[in-house]
Amino acid sequence: MWKFIVRRLLIALPQILLLSVLVFLMAQMMPGDALSGLIDPNIDPAAIEAQRERLGLNDPWHIQYVDWITGVVTEGDLGRSFRYKMDVTEIIGQRLTNTFWLSLVTLIFTYLIAIPLGITSGRYNDTFRDQMITGYTYVGFATPLFIFALVALWILGFQFGWFPTGGSVSPGLTPGTFEYFLSRLHHLILPALSMALITTVNTVQYLRSEIIDTKQKDFIITARAKGASESRVYNRHILRNSLLPIAAFFGFEITGLIGGTIFVETIYSYPGMGQLFVESINLRDYSVVTAVVLLLGIASILGALLSDIILSLVDPRIRIK
Amino acid sequence: MDNKLLEIKNLKTSFRIKDDYYAAVDDVTLTVNKNEVLAIVGESGSGKSALAFSIMRLHNRAKIEGEVLFKENNIVELSPSKMNKLRGNDMAMIFQDPLTALNPLMTIEDQIGEALFLHNKKMSPKERRNKVIDLLNQVGIPRPDYTCDQFPHELSGGMRQRVMIAIAISNNPELLIADEPTTALDVTIQAQILDLIRDLKENMNAGIVLITHDLGVVAEMADRVAVMYAGEIVEIADVHTLFENPRHPYTRSLLNSVPSDGHEGKLHVIQGIVPSLKHLPRQGCRFSARMPWMDESVHEENPVLHEIAPGHHVRCTCHEHFYFPKESKEVQNDGIS
Ligand SMILES: Nc1ncnc2c1ncn2[C@@H]1O[C@H](COP(=O)(O)OP(=O)(O)O)[C@@H](O)[C@H]1O
Ligand code: SF4
Ligand SMILES: [Mg+2]
Repeated sequence: MWKFIVRRLLIALPQILLLSVLVFLMAQMMPGDALSGLIDPNIDPAAIEAQRERLGLNDPWHIQYVDWITGVVTEGDLGRSFRYKMDVTEIIGQRLTNTFWLSLVTLIFTYLIAIPLGITSGRYNDTFRDQMITGYTYVGFATPLFIFALVALWILGFQFGWFPTGGSVSPGLTPGTFEYFLSRLHHLILPALSMALITTVNTVQYLRSEIIDTKQKDFIITARAKGASESRVYNRHILRNSLLPIAAFFGFEITGLIGGTIFVETIYSYPGMGQLFVESINLRDYSVVTAVVLLLGIASILGALLSDIILSLVDPRIRIK
Repeated sequence: MDNKLLEIKNLKTSFRIKDDYYAAVDDVTLTVNKNEVLAIVGESGSGKSALAFSIMRLHNRAKIEGEVLFKENNIVELSPSKMNKLRGNDMAMIFQDPLTALNPLMTIEDQIGEALFLHNKKMSPKERRNKVIDLLNQVGIPRPDYTCDQFPHELSGGMRQRVMIAIAISNNPELLIADEPTTALDVTIQAQILDLIRDLKENMNAGIVLITHDLGVVAEMADRVAVMYAGEIVEIADVHTLFENPRHPYTRSLLNSVPSDGHEGKLHVIQGIVPSLKHLPRQGCRFSARMPWMDESVHEENPVLHEIAPGHHVRCTCHEHFYFPKESKEVQNDGIS
C-alpha cells in the first residue's frame, strides 16, 4: 500500500510541475507584465526598460520561469495585484479559507443528501421511490447550477429573507465567538445547499448504478447460499461493496466543487477564490488570475491524488500490492 | 422410504421474459437419497442450474411451482427465515465460477467465518478462526493460517474453488449441490478439485447432486444419473444401467459423444443445440427438431417418463424404433459443451 501511495505521489509531482509551467506560459501570453500595471505611465520608457532588464523580464522564458517558481515555492511570492496594491498571497489567504469552508459544507450536504437517496434508489430500483429520485437527478442534471443558485437566492434570500444574500459573515462580530461562527454558517448554508443539490446528482446516480450492479454479482448468491438474511446480504455485501467506489469518488468531487464555487460565489457575492477569479478576470488583474488558476489546478490534482489514496486504503485489491 | 433426502415433485421454474413466463425447468420429478451421488447431465441451457437454484431457492425473480421436499419442509413455500436456516446449514452449494463467487472485499477467514457464524452464533471468534483453519486444511489449502487473511484476488481459481467448497461443507450439510464445479478451471486443476470432491464424498454423510458435463466423472462418482434436455428429465437410471443400456436418443447421443470402446469405431452424435427458452417447443417431444430423419409416426405425442425397468425412467417410447441416421457424422468429442 505504501509503495502504491509513494508511487502515486511521485506521479502527482510532475503533474503539478507541468501545471505550473502551463500557468506560467499562460501568464506570459497575457498582455502587459508585472510592470505595466504598477508603474506610472508618465515615466520615461527608457527607465522602464532599464527596470525590465534589472527584474529579468527580458530573460528567456525558462529562466523567468525558474525565477518565478523559486519565488512561489520559497517565499510564497505570487506577485502583486495592481487592483488591490497588495501581495497576491495576502489577498488569497482569507479567500482560500472561505472557499475551503464552503467546499467542506457543500461536501457534507452532498453526502447527507446523496447517500440516502442513492441507497434507496439502488435498493428499490424500478419502484415508485426510485423513479422519484431518478426524476430529481434528471432535473438536477439538466438545470445549470447558476440558475438553481439564482432561484434559491431570490426566493430564500430576498423574498423570505431567511438567509443572507451576500458576504461570508455579518459585520461587527468578533472572530472566535459563537455568534461569529453561527453567522458564518448562516452565510454558508444557501450557497452550499445550492451547490450540493447539483453535485449530489452524480453521486446519487453513481451509487444507484453501483448498487444495482453489485446486486447481480455472483458473490451475492454465495452470501444467500450461506443462509444470510436479505438485510444482511444487503448491508454486509451489497452496500459495503457499492460504497467503495463512492469513497474513491470523493477526491474528484473536489474538482467538481472548484467549478461550482466559481458560479456560486459570484452569485452569492461570497468572498472566496471563485469570486476572486471572476472579478480579477473582469478587471484584468492577471497576477491574481494566474495565482488562482495555479491554486485551483493544484487542488484538482490533489483531489485526484486523494481519491487514489482513499481507494488504496479501502480496496484490498490495491492495498495488498 | 425414509432413505429419501430430497424429493422434487413436478417442479416447474419459469422466468419472465417481457410479459410471459417461460419454464426453464418443466415438470421435473426427482429424488435424491441419503448419501448418494446423483449426477445431472445435459447440454448447456438444459436447465440444470435453474433446477439447482430452485432447490436452494436462490432465484431472484422466478415463478416456482410444484414441491421440493427436504427435511419435512416444502422449500417452495417455506418462509424466508426458515429458508435461511436451511441454506448453508442443511443444504449447501458450490458454484461454477469461483472467480466471481467470492466477495472481493472480504478476507477468506471472514467469508468462511460468515457461514459458520450464521448458523452458530455461540462460537467465539477464536473458535471460529480455528474452525476456518481446520476447514481450509480439509480442502487442501497449503498454508491455512496465511490464507485466512488473504483476499480472493490473491488466490488462483483452483484455490478459490477450494475456499468455496470449504464454505459449502462448513456446517456439514446433508445435501450438497455442486453445479459444474470444475468447468471454469484449467484441466489440471479440474482433476485436483474432482479428487477433493471424491474425498468429501467418502468422508461426508451427505447426498450430493453433481451437475457436470464430464461423463467420465459421472461414471466414476455417481450412483444415479438424470439426463436433462430443454428443462425436462429425459432419462434417469442408476449409473450402470445408464451406461450399459441408455434408452433415450438424447442420452445415447451424449454417451456417443465420448469416445469409448464398443462403438465399432463410429461415434453418432445428434447435431444441434438446445433452443432458447422462448423458442422451446412446449408441445410434443422437445427433441424432435433435432431428429429430422425419424419418421413422424414414431414420436410420442406427449412423451412422459415411463418406468421401463425398476428405477429406469425414459421419456417417450420411441426409443424402441430409434436409430441414428445412416449418414451421421463421425464426430470428435465435442458433442456437449
Ligand atoms: N434468470 C434467468 N432469466 C431468464 N432466463 C434464464 C435465467 N436463468 C436461466 N435462464 C434460461 O434458462 C435456460 C436454462 O438455463 P440454465 O439452467 O442456466 O442451463 P444449464 O445450467 O443447464 O446450462 C436457458 O435457456 C437460460 O437462458
Ligand atoms: S419422441 Fe420422437 S423426437 Fe422425441 S426422443 Fe422420441 S423419437 Fe426422438
Ligand atoms: Mg449451468
